[in-house]
Amino acid sequence: MNPATRPADISQPAAHLRLVSDRAAGATPGIKLSGVSKTYRSRDGDVPSLRPLDFTINDGEFFVVVGPSGCGKSTLLKMISGLLPPTTGEVLVDGEPVTRPHGNVGIVFQNALLLPWRNILSNVMLPIDMKQLPRDKYLARAKALLKLVGLEGFEKKLPWQLSGGMQQRASICRALVHDPKIMLMDEPFGALDAMTRERMNVELMRIQRETGKTVLLITHSIPEAVFLADRVLVMTERPGAIAAIYDVPMPRPRSLETMSDPVFTELVQRIRKHFFTQGSLD
Amino acid sequence: MAEAKSLSGVSKVLNAAWVRPFLFLVVIVVAWDLAIRLFHIPAYQIPSPGDVVAVLWSDWPELLRQSWPTTYATICGFLLSALFGIPTAMLIAGSKTVESYVYPLLVFSQSVPKIAIAPLFVVWFGFGIIPKVISAFLLGFFPVVVSAVQGFKSVDPDMVDLARAMQGSRFKVFCAVNLPHAMPAIFSGLKVSVTLAVVGAVVGEFVGSNSGIGYVMQRSIGTFDLPTMFAALVILALLGVILFWIVDRIERLVIPWHVSQRDDIIFAS
Repeated sequence: MNPATRPADISQPAAHLRLVSDRAAGATPGIKLSGVSKTYRSRDGDVPSLRPLDFTINDGEFFVVVGPSGCGKSTLLKMISGLLPPTTGEVLVDGEPVTRPHGNVGIVFQNALLLPWRNILSNVMLPIDMKQLPRDKYLARAKALLKLVGLEGFEKKLPWQLSGGMQQRASICRALVHDPKIMLMDEPFGALDAMTRERMNVELMRIQRETGKTVLLITHSIPEAVFLADRVLVMTERPGAIAAIYDVPMPRPRSLETMSDPVFTELVQRIRKHFFTQGSLD
Repeated sequence: MAEAKSLSGVSKVLNAAWVRPFLFLVVIVVAWDLAIRLFHIPAYQIPSPGDVVAVLWSDWPELLRQSWPTTYATICGFLLSALFGIPTAMLIAGSKTVESYVYPLLVFSQSVPKIAIAPLFVVWFGFGIIPKVISAFLLGFFPVVVSAVQGFKSVDPDMVDLARAMQGSRFKVFCAVNLPHAMPAIFSGLKVSVTLAVVGAVVGEFVGSNSGIGYVMQRSIGTFDLPTMFAALVILALLGVILFWIVDRIERLVIPWHVSQRDDIIFAS
């Protein structure tokens, strides 16, 4: 192995390999989780999904969670959006405890989940209909977002007439149309082919920069996590807990060349080690 | 050149959607006629197609008059099964409690042969239209419920979560996501239901009625008037086909976005 790319000695970690339990929080913490855990009740008894978690996501931060399958990542996302109450602890968004859907989030799932009976534009307008906001006011915004992701001219198409990548871009527009503070993304590019996926990563970073949203993204791909993130949270196997949080001190804007940066490769290897010692990454 | 043109004209006619089943029907009728001639089947067992057509021709006004009550009962029964079936399915799909109480009983009630209990309706409601409507309703109801339950239940939970996370009320989410999603399944249930409703109406007419195609069949069987009976069967089949076709047309209007309808969209766009 090339010594340059070998992970640094643990006793003397370089800046980007240092564990950060929690960054000194700014003036307004965007999302704050304190002692949040989740246990599902089932017929065979209680199934712990998440062990108590404490961390903060700052406003405008690109925060990525990596972890093995079934470590409760999606549960985390549902609790932040208010769809699922935590068993213990409390989720704070802008200092307000989350008890029910607060609508200040946009969600993107692995599947684009566009409604097949609505055209692209009215799919993007779904949150506006649900929140009963003035349609005409947001119509221009929806069109502008579609333009931002390169879907201009596809407004009247039905979802199945678009490729997988285009559908996912439309679903990103849907997550942004009501101008939420937070974008929650659950393996958003997991269903796309590798080439589209790389392009979408670059695009997502651009969208995040242009809109300034706080992004919480969940992924299985370690390179994707490091490429996108300001900070990466590594989770353990079920029941999920925080294994480590890493800073990604690479300058923005990043391009695909960033992936050959030694900082990038070292960080990827460091994170990968977490899973190989656990022996659980699929 | 001219020959090629006329050939393509012939193939165009052959490819029209209604021609193929029609041709197949002609083949069946010919086989039927041949079988009677070849095996010397007596007319009191199976009438020849010619006799049936003759009856259809001569008794046309009477048959038409008798088919109105049957059609009316079928449509009423069908509409009732849609009217009650879809909300029942909504309740069953929406609540585990309702499902656990109602669904097994519903299946149980389906195992009861309708023909056996049809005379009861006559006892309760007399010889009018009501027993026929009820019997059509009972046969048409179940397929609507089963299909619609399946349709409502197959909604992607992530999709519902997504709409709920946008603070959509339960009703709004239902109208925007669950109901349209269930539409294709509901329509496949309705298509089965409409043909079964015809059967139901005829069953109702069998047991106690003095009008309708079922009554004509009953009477002609009694007098061994097999050509009339077969003519009545033809009318019933036509009735089923027409009603099915109407539901199919409505489906195309309501869910033009569905996979099964996509050819048309490409064609239109």
